[in-house]
Amino acid sequence: MKKILLAVLLMPFFTLAIASEEVHLDKAPIDASNHESLQRGARTFVNYCLNCHSANYMRYNRLLDIGLTEKQIKDNLLLAGEKVGDTMKVAMSKKDAAKWLGAAPPDLSVEVRARGADWVYTYMRGFYRDSTRPTGWNNTVFDKVGMPHVLYELQGEQVLDPETHELKLVKPGTLSEEQYDAFVGDLTNFMAYMAEPAKQQRNQLGWFVLLFLGLLLVLTYKLKKAYWKDIH
Amino acid sequence: MTDKNKSPLANALDDTLSWVDARFPLTSNIKAHLTEYYAPKNFNFWYFFGSLALMVLVLQILTGIFLTMHYKPDAELAFGSVEYIMRDVPWGWLIRYMHSTGASMFFVVVYLHMFRGIIYGSYRAPRELIWLFGVAIFLALMGEAFFGYLLPWGQMSYWGAQVIVNLFSAIPFIGPDVSEWLRGDYLVSDATLNRFFAFHVIALPFVLAGLVVAHLIALHEVGSNNPDGVEIKKLKDKKTGIPLDGIPFHPYYTVKDLVGVSVFLIVFSAIVFFAPEMGGYFLEANNFVPADPLKTPAHIAPVWYFTPYYSILRAVPPILNSQFPGVAAMGLSVVAFAFLPWLDKSPVKSIRYRGTLYKKWLAAFVVSFLVLGYLGTVPSNIWGQFGAWMGGADRATVVARFFTAVYFLFFILMPWYSKKDKTKPVPDRVTG
Repeated sequence: MKKILLAVLLMPFFTLAIASEEVHLDKAPIDASNHESLQRGARTFVNYCLNCHSANYMRYNRLLDIGLTEKQIKDNLLLAGEKVGDTMKVAMSKKDAAKWLGAAPPDLSVEVRARGADWVYTYMRGFYRDSTRPTGWNNTVFDKVGMPHVLYELQGEQVLDPETHELKLVKPGTLSEEQYDAFVGDLTNFMAYMAEPAKQQRNQLGWFVLLFLGLLLVLTYKLKKAYWKDIH
Repeated sequence: MTDKNKSPLANALDDTLSWVDARFPLTSNIKAHLTEYYAPKNFNFWYFFGSLALMVLVLQILTGIFLTMHYKPDAELAFGSVEYIMRDVPWGWLIRYMHSTGASMFFVVVYLHMFRGIIYGSYRAPRELIWLFGVAIFLALMGEAFFGYLLPWGQMSYWGAQVIVNLFSAIPFIGPDVSEWLRGDYLVSDATLNRFFAFHVIALPFVLAGLVVAHLIALHEVGSNNPDGVEIKKLKDKKTGIPLDGIPFHPYYTVKDLVGVSVFLIVFSAIVFFAPEMGGYFLEANNFVPADPLKTPAHIAPVWYFTPYYSILRAVPPILNSQFPGVAAMGLSVVAFAFLPWLDKSPVKSIRYRGTLYKKWLAAFVVSFLVLGYLGTVPSNIWGQFGAWMGGADRATVVARFFTAVYFLFFILMPWYSKKDKTKPVPDRVTG
């Protein structure tokens, strides 16, 4: 009886391993302190993604954080007469988008927080040719995705080997494989920054707060000892 | 009265205090609740969580006030206003993370506080009412957390609320009307968001504050229990009338609780500054997707502090096509705590003097609570299915059923095993 009980009690811990049966995601090269990478990513985001996807909660002038000047933002990123304090909106209405593209492209402000940086990084490198799809494209991490491969001129065209389930580049693009990975890496890095612009400040401040609280603990502990020395 | 040995300032303060005391019982209340409230001197680690719970309540109210200044309870604007707080409001991210972390830490602290009450028999006579007020606080807190969770208006907010409100419609006869009344609509919508906002920022905070006051008044009337379960009021100093094992709450426990507060704030800040999502347990990834009434997420799970009860809900099979048994079991699993003072028939209060039979049951209960808590966070097909010999049932569901049974047996069988248990003699005075 005891053995059965023990087995049942321990079962959850042994069977945890069965749970992970998900798509393999590549590790995204995230480095919030690399301003050059973030700036390259911002340019890519504005040039390629922002045509269809909005980032309604992200202001252009927040990019001062990542080392851009107001003039650089105005000259390079504001393409349709927006103001520098505007958020990254898209001209297309949701209704039109749904009519033209089948589904409204989601806002990308917090996409990395919803899906994870690794997902975005793998997704942007996971497009392959699929003639059964209306756009002609499918994706390894997002099956039957509605979005076509916007960066195909850069990456080239991949196909999925039906047996090994591995991607193979059949038609090279203007970037080499390493260059494309770095390009998407920068984009992902930027999207991770955009998902929570205060993150770096949060982490830096955290150490000071913990240091202060550590000192507070020493003081309160000494105070307690001093008050309690006559209690037995 | 002017005292020549004191400074003019001290004299002025004394005068002010007597002026107040003639009109409001300030000094007598400070004495009754702090400087001459005698608490047992043997409080241990487990006794930090009461004062910590009070501190987290204050923290939630303060951060909540500032969030309310910027948050918009409108289905079109709610999600964006939270992101506005995270980005454009000065220190908004800090206030929001303190509030979201505070919600989870409130439950951590309250669960530990309740566990303390259970192991040291703090619910036993004459403290039944303290315990009942405590259970009511726990229920109000669950409501507060549930209503608050809808406000960010993410997918998990939306569908979590949808699932929970739908549960009420399983109640026979009045159910459908009750859930419609809660939602203010036929599905979770802008109307629901508005009323949940009202419940979250006005109704339940008032209820909570009132219950906390009642909890403390009852506590200070009968005095605190302690890890030995000894009544310190039985042995008093003959001259002063002060319990021999009692020490004034202030300054002894105020300075001691400051140590607890320091440690708690270190843990709290580590989460706020370095892991506010806590791996998806405090802030779920899916809640960064705006609520979409047309898109049901593949996996809907409540926040971690509700998952043991959610597991029980899922584990109980429907009877005659009605979900009511599951809903009733879930409700009962929470309310069951209220019956402890009358279920426990042991001659001793504290676990220190109980025998192994009780300890085994308590251990089984803790394991059940944790396993059910884990299972509530994952889909029920997580461990695959049993073969045909079990009718192909989900393994996780069968395990959840087993532990649901253990969970309830802990309460149901308590009158029997707590009486039969071989207890040890309880000392007259508290031990170290």
